[in-house]
Amino acid sequence: MANLTYLKNVVTLELSGDKCIGCGMCVTVCPHSVFVINDRKARILNHNACMECGACAQNCPSDAISVRSGLCGCASIFIRERKHGRIMRYFFKAWGYPV
Amino acid sequence: MEKQLFKEHWITDYMGTEAGKVPVVKTTLQLKDQLGSWKARWGINRMGYAVEPGLYAVGSPDSQTPVFVSANYKMSFDALRRSLKNISAWILVLDTKGINVWCAAGKGTFGTDEIVNRIEKTNLSKVVSHRTIIVPQLGAPGVSAHKVKEQSGYRVVYGPVRASDILQFMDNNLKTTVEMREVKFSFFDRLVLTPIEIMSWGRRMFWSKRALIIIAMLFLVAGLDRRGFLIDKALRLGLQGIVMYSAAFLCGAIFTPLLLPWLPGRAFSIKGAFLGFLVALGIGWYRWNAAASFGIKINILAWLFLVSAISSFIAVTFVGASTYTSISGVFKEMTRAVPLQIVMIIVGILLLITGQFV
Repeated sequence: MANLTYLKNVVTLELSGDKCIGCGMCVTVCPHSVFVINDRKARILNHNACMECGACAQNCPSDAISVRSGLCGCASIFIRERKHGRIMRYFFKAWGYPV
Repeated sequence: MEKQLFKEHWITDYMGTEAGKVPVVKTTLQLKDQLGSWKARWGINRMGYAVEPGLYAVGSPDSQTPVFVSANYKMSFDALRRSLKNISAWILVLDTKGINVWCAAGKGTFGTDEIVNRIEKTNLSKVVSHRTIIVPQLGAPGVSAHKVKEQSGYRVVYGPVRASDILQFMDNNLKTTVEMREVKFSFFDRLVLTPIEIMSWGRRMFWSKRALIIIAMLFLVAGLDRRGFLIDKALRLGLQGIVMYSAAFLCGAIFTPLLLPWLPGRAFSIKGAFLGFLVALGIGWYRWNAAASFGIKINILAWLFLVSAISSFIAVTFVGASTYTSISGVFKEMTRAVPLQIVMIIVGILLLITGQFV
């Protein structure tokens, strides 16, 4: 089975080529093989495969990577952290989610 | 504390070290462990399924033996110790509040601070002479290898995603291969998640105050008629409503996760809605041929909306259990899907009521 991919062109992952020292930590920690090392620099090979877990940014010693990482992409984060209209709030409450 | 630890059935002995007595653990799982995992999978005592944080020994380790870091969720700890058969090792269990490695890393409890803190608390430096710890790769979202090095002097080596690859990883000079680093989401991975989906959605939809109100409303609405409230209609149409309602549950909580790669679309809401629609269409087709008064036809149409919407919403909440969804994607999907689901449910309810009176 081919690897599953989620929505395209939404991921906030950014890599600064200038800051990158080519250590390869991002390649080591990425669970979806998003990075490769090419000419002693990290490159993003598969942007859409990124799940924004944040492992690469955490482990980049030169702060070359930025990504908005959020707890495994849980639906409940969205339900809890976003400001929702009254109808949405009522809907989530009806399903037993704390709003 | 030691006495309490010895009660654990997976501890065989204690060994004396420079840092005090360290429990030696079994590398084979017993029926009790399997049963505990099974219960946790069904949501029974899942939040209290933990081991004491600290240092453990496997085999007869010495000062040169590698150190593996783990979370104090019992299932994580079990996966690690069963993968260390026939070798000697130290296991450093962090306090992740009984949460597994990946989720704890996301929360930061499996993190740089806790590693540094646990190294100090256990006096690891008195036990081993080397300065390397092997951290599971899925702990990386919470850990900064370079900061651990700065703060504790220990070099972090990231091990494989799956503990079962550890022996191969050690044979490969502590280097992971692409295969060992990649997270999958196989049919089996999804299958073991269905019990917890069944339990949490089963409770929401069938076994809570809220659920009983919904079910009572289904029967009440089903009895409405131009001639007043008809009990036999309430029972007959109410039961059909329960069948449709259950179909939505099965589609969203069980079959969308299982059939995930084969359902159309990338968004979970589309996958769930598609399957719900298909199943409601199938049952609706049967009902259409069986009865087919005009009121029933509208009822069938109403359930087409309702089953699709409910299945779609349940499916969208499964993103948190999946291994490949990004938080940006989830936010984008939910801001679009949830309002549509609400509209579909409102339309469905209006049709359901209309069908009673025509």
